[in-house]
Amino acid sequence: MAAPKKGRRAPTGQGHPGRTLILVLIVMAGLIGGMFYAGTLTPRLGIDLAGGTSFTLQAENMPGKPNAINETNMKTASGIMERRVNGLGVSEAEVQTQGTDHIVVNIPRGTDAKQARQQVGTTAQLGFRPVLTTTAGTKPPAPKPSPSKGTNGKGKGGDQAKGTQQHASSSPTPGAKPTTQGRAVTDALKKAPSGKPTPSGSAKPTTPAVPPAPGGDQIPPALQKQLNELDCSSKKALAVAGEKAAAANPSSPVVACKDDGSQKYVLGPVGVEGTDVKDAKAVFDSQQGQGWIVQMDFTSDGGKKFADVTGKLATKTQPQNQFAIVLDGAVVSDPRVSERLNGGNATISGGFTQQSAEDLGNMLSYGALPLSFKIVDETSVTAALGGEQLHAGLLAGAIGLALVIIYLVAYYRGLALVALASLGVSAILTYAIMTLLGPAIGFALNLPAVCGAIVAIGITADSFIVYFERIRDEIREGRTLRPAVERGWPRARRTILVSDFVSFLAAAVLFIVTVGKVKGFAFTLGLTTVLDVVVVFFFTKPLMTMLARRKFFANGHPWSGLDPKRLGAKPPLRRRRSAPTQTKEA
Amino acid sequence: MSKLGNIGARLYRGEVGYDFIGKRKIWYGISILITITAIVGLAVRGLNFGIEFSGGAVFTTPKTSVSASQAQHEAESAASGHQAVVQKLGSGGLRIQISGLDTKQSLPVQEELAKDLNVPVKDVNTQLVGPSWGEEIANKAWLGLGIFMILVVLYLAIAFEWRMALAALIALIHDLTITVGVYALVGFEVTPGTVIGLLTILGYSLYDTVVVFDSLKEASKDITKQNRFTYGEIANRSINGTLVRSINTTVVALLPVAGLLFVGGGVLGAGMLNDISLALFVGLAAGAYSSIFIATPLVADLKNREPQMKALAKRVLAKRAAAAAKGAGQEDAPDEVSGAVEAGDDDGAAAVVGPRHQPASRNRGRGRPSGKRR
Repeated sequence: MAAPKKGRRAPTGQGHPGRTLILVLIVMAGLIGGMFYAGTLTPRLGIDLAGGTSFTLQAENMPGKPNAINETNMKTASGIMERRVNGLGVSEAEVQTQGTDHIVVNIPRGTDAKQARQQVGTTAQLGFRPVLTTTAGTKPPAPKPSPSKGTNGKGKGGDQAKGTQQHASSSPTPGAKPTTQGRAVTDALKKAPSGKPTPSGSAKPTTPAVPPAPGGDQIPPALQKQLNELDCSSKKALAVAGEKAAAANPSSPVVACKDDGSQKYVLGPVGVEGTDVKDAKAVFDSQQGQGWIVQMDFTSDGGKKFADVTGKLATKTQPQNQFAIVLDGAVVSDPRVSERLNGGNATISGGFTQQSAEDLGNMLSYGALPLSFKIVDETSVTAALGGEQLHAGLLAGAIGLALVIIYLVAYYRGLALVALASLGVSAILTYAIMTLLGPAIGFALNLPAVCGAIVAIGITADSFIVYFERIRDEIREGRTLRPAVERGWPRARRTILVSDFVSFLAAAVLFIVTVGKVKGFAFTLGLTTVLDVVVVFFFTKPLMTMLARRKFFANGHPWSGLDPKRLGAKPPLRRRRSAPTQTKEA
Repeated sequence: MSKLGNIGARLYRGEVGYDFIGKRKIWYGISILITITAIVGLAVRGLNFGIEFSGGAVFTTPKTSVSASQAQHEAESAASGHQAVVQKLGSGGLRIQISGLDTKQSLPVQEELAKDLNVPVKDVNTQLVGPSWGEEIANKAWLGLGIFMILVVLYLAIAFEWRMALAALIALIHDLTITVGVYALVGFEVTPGTVIGLLTILGYSLYDTVVVFDSLKEASKDITKQNRFTYGEIANRSINGTLVRSINTTVVALLPVAGLLFVGGGVLGAGMLNDISLALFVGLAAGAYSSIFIATPLVADLKNREPQMKALAKRVLAKRAAAAAKGAGQEDAPDEVSGAVEAGDDDGAAAVVGPRHQPASRNRGRGRPSGKRR
């Protein structure tokens, strides 16, 4: 597809057209088998065809920022949600702002609504709170640095989707390397790269409760009690704890869980708010060999606050020299601070993978939204176009197809069978692949995609017509069918590749650049274009080669569509001048 | 049928044909006229943006026995002139989206709806929807369009030449303008579906153009080494030679879309089907038209400015003049640029052989990947 010029390889050597055809059949059988294996026999339908779930989220002002709900912020928020729910770009979820403070998220049936809910819901408050004390989670998960906690920390390539969903925690488990990651902060700590751990040395987890910090602020008994009661052991408990912590007053201490449940904390009042982070991104630090790090830029106000906080923290001892990055009531990272950090920016380094660094970076910048949202309504909706509309559309499509068939048969006669068989193969492949992509990447077929597929009939038929006309031209030159089929192919092939490349280019650009529905549609278009090339190369051409050996076609039966007389072929080389004598009217 | 087949053959041999290049000024004129109409339509009537772009009101009703399609009629009559999309909610209520309503307009509509649907007014919840989603889609679509145009021009300039790239781009813009103009004139609602339909045209319009260009590139390969035809004539033959294909593919593409537009949309009234299929129908037709009447003649125009081509045209004309002088007494010799087609009939053997010879010898010269030469 990519390089039309590279047309040299003729994948369908004239020798074994049968084998190629069988190969195509095997692939088709494999795909259909795959459909049964995956247990999905129909493509997942988009929200306009199948209905789905609709959430309404309401923006809430953060305390002290009464004017945060404005158009710009709402727009940013909906953009972020859009990105989150359409992680892979083809699930067709819609995100719309409504009124001044609502965002509606529509998710097609078949998408994990719960997961989506969590994803949109987590665009939330972020804050930096000093750690007052920390202790192991109630039931610490595996004692080893287990990848099972894969969402975070060292879990290389851990389940990424899950990672994002759960705020992509970037912190380690309480295992052997407790806090290596999400560790240290900034320039101050550059010399303490990941290997040189923190609080408790890489072998000794911080988990054994650190007693109320010696010399530090005393933990009020009430909080200590809360800490003891805090349950971080299960997902559900985590969610409850998170909700509670998120609802807490930013200016008072709070108990919170690590987002993987491995640690519990008592945290001081919010020192720096998420809104003070201007930007955060993951960078690969090759100069100092720290690997992936996260760079934060603060607003001028935030920079000052951050300098104050780090200045205070740096004088304290473990664990009170840590601050926790809290997102929606859960601690996502707890870096250690060793000196006051001025200058409005900071770096978090230590043991990140690319994924975890990007996740934390995203969280820091997305979470910097001045808004938090609560889901005020969740309801299932029917398809926007009732069943009637869809049926009418399909009926109309069928009528159109029938007309196409009549036209092709009338014009190409026998050749129409080749065209129809190829269209059929193309249709089956498209259908099977779309169906399989449902569970695989969340592809959902919506009405525009259906229309795109109908248009693809035209693009696919175009290839056959180019080839057929080429064959007919060769016959007009006076060749018999078999050489005509072979000689017509290279030129037809080039034309097909060049023009399909243009279609594919359009689809690829749209897919990369656009969002939502358009993205899904571009995907359909690109898919059908690629399949068009596949079908023409591996099905139509071999089929023509085979048919050229049949008497019906080779002898130019009047119904074969290849009758030399009808095509006005000149008898080869015998008579140079001919036809024009019979002055036919055009 | 046989007659059609014959026309195909004669088109292929250049025995019959329409002089697209010679009459290009007429078609340019027609295109300019249509384009101006489209632009005027756009300026005067403007586009009717759907709720995704324009914003609008969303009414949520409590459980009601009224069906969705019934409610749609009610809603559309309540908000005269605005289109409504109705969804049934899980709770048994309805969500009715009406585009283009503002706060002031939404109140009477809400009351009217409540009356029609037989629910208390206070239970009908009204929310005004912002246009941000459609805006984002549209912005990204524009961006995609821009990037695509740059890339495709680069590609065509490399695969063919810059003149073809330029001509293809002009033809593409021509198609898009006409399609948008028709939208303005018909007053169909512009939804994301419309944007999608428009974007499809990108690929398709160029597809047609590229097929003609491909044939033209091949036909004009050694053009300066002969002096029988001018570039314009070769271009004309390329168009005529691919005419059957162009017509066939356009018909095949248009039939299903026409089905969607007239059967699907016509019977059931407005809907997304209509939005997409109208854009597609107009765009496909315009694309086929522009590839034949605009893109290729433009290439010929550009090409004829090259000194080589000018020299070639001179040579060809001189040769023809000489031949005409020699064969004086015979009927009017072809003297205009567009004479190639007639020349075929007049000059009998020479001319008929000529065009036939060319492809034949080209074919022989190329190594066939199939390896077979029977």
